[in-house]
Amino acid sequence: MSWVNLFGLVFALGTVWGIKLMSSPVTAVKGNLLGSVSMAGAIILTLLAENILSLPLLWTAIAIGTLFGYSLAVKVAMIQMPQMVALLNGFGGGSSAVVSLLALLGVLGNISIADRFTSGLGLVIGSITLSGSLIAAAKLHGKMNQRPIIFKGQSIWNNLTLLAIGLLFVSLLVIPSNAITQGAFWILALALAYGVLFTIRVGGADMPITISLLNSFSGIAASISGFAVRNPLLVAIGAIVGASGLILTRLMCKAMNRGLSQVLAGRTVLMDKKAVPGVSSIDENHLSLERRAKGAGDQGAFLSQIKNAKSIIVIPGYGMALAQAQHEVKKLVDILKGMHKEVKFAIHPVAGRMPGHMNVLLAEADVPYDELFEMDDINDEFRETDVVIVVGANDVINPAANTAEGTPIYGMPILRAYEAKRVVIFNLDTKPGYAGVDNPLYSMDNATLVLGDAAETVLQAANRLQDTASSG
Amino acid sequence: MSIPILFALFAVASIVGYKVISDVPSLLHTPLMSGTNALSGVTVLGALTVAALAKVTGYRLLGAVAVILAMINVVGGFLVTHRMLRMFKKGTESEGRENVMG
Repeated sequence: MSWVNLFGLVFALGTVWGIKLMSSPVTAVKGNLLGSVSMAGAIILTLLAENILSLPLLWTAIAIGTLFGYSLAVKVAMIQMPQMVALLNGFGGGSSAVVSLLALLGVLGNISIADRFTSGLGLVIGSITLSGSLIAAAKLHGKMNQRPIIFKGQSIWNNLTLLAIGLLFVSLLVIPSNAITQGAFWILALALAYGVLFTIRVGGADMPITISLLNSFSGIAASISGFAVRNPLLVAIGAIVGASGLILTRLMCKAMNRGLSQVLAGRTVLMDKKAVPGVSSIDENHLSLERRAKGAGDQGAFLSQIKNAKSIIVIPGYGMALAQAQHEVKKLVDILKGMHKEVKFAIHPVAGRMPGHMNVLLAEADVPYDELFEMDDINDEFRETDVVIVVGANDVINPAANTAEGTPIYGMPILRAYEAKRVVIFNLDTKPGYAGVDNPLYSMDNATLVLGDAAETVLQAANRLQDTASSG
Repeated sequence: MSIPILFALFAVASIVGYKVISDVPSLLHTPLMSGTNALSGVTVLGALTVAALAKVTGYRLLGAVAVILAMINVVGGFLVTHRMLRMFKKGTESEGRENVMG
């Protein structure tokens, strides 16, 4: 075994071990560092092995990329992490597309049929990743409408584009070498178009699935471009990323009870809010006053319920993040813990806009991770719980998911908050969540709604509790 | 390396990756994703090679663009992952409550 392959193996193993360390929050920082050191090693190794260590162009490009990457990473806020990951993902996919393209254009010398196959495939997947990720990032960042964009005959156009890419890809294997350039550019254009076509029809709440899928694509694209340049390290690490993305995609689909094809077809979010059979529509004005506290200041009933509770579970949703209420929630929880109550957080797998997003947002607010519980671990505890405090969550606690057949959330596993003795809901309004289905929990007898900006209502509640705690 | 060997490597790496990543708890899925996302910037290895070997100036510059894109991916990805992971603290670290090992 040559020294290049030996070091290559070392860096590949370093990467795997780094991911292994990611399985616990205690060692994860080290794992990430190990991954980045392995990557740096792999870059140096490639420069040495290809004997291209002294090219100023390469070092300039590396410096520019590092600078941009650094400035993006230090600025981004935690709530923007999904679009950040989508954007970076697009860049990686774009890079793989260019590598494959240049390999097709004969930069590395004459190419065999097998090379045409791998480079062509790398070009297709890399280009789809590039344009798809950029659209996803734009949607997540609010630069584009988050609702699915669907036009007439879209499915037909999608399939035709895919078919054309397939035909071009096959022809790429047999056409004379002087026609490859033209074919490659057609594939590039159509694959970019396909990436746009398939992401514009995905809605906001389905983004976790789409990002996971694109993440997987970027790994596969990198791996395949590794075939094109004959770099085993690139093949191996790309394959690992591809596998990772697939696992997360599967988990997200399961958590939302969706097939991947449904998501890609944009069939998951109701286009117009129609009355859904089996779910009573809730009008804010018709909620009885008892159950509708106007603000935490006016109404003491739910406060005394919280005060008398022994066990409390907090369910944070994306609405909490939008209201930037993490720190207020943390304050409330600290006060409750000071009153010797048992407080836990229940985290739905799709709370947030990417897998695990809510955990990061809470970690940012200094909520210890050993107080965060996954849905399956905590769902049986709601029955025994005195008060559930919901902050900015809707679809993930909507009991209609169990009963309302034909709605987008039917069959989606939910946090069974409705089983608790009391439920206090700090939401902005009673409008349906992303899925567009009214939430019958709002009108249940054990529920209290505290409407308004969660950052304010939660803070008011926290202050009131603190006053009563210190005076009594 | 020949293509069949690379295919074998692809298969082995996929299986190993699948095993290792299945062990990561959902608590850490966002950093896992941004971390593996940084790893997908490994395509920079290919970008460096094509940028160095390209003889046509246009291709060379295109290769350099690929290096820039991949480096943004690598550096940005590892750095945001680091920022996120540093925030994860156990109850005992952040406020010195009763130690619960788990």
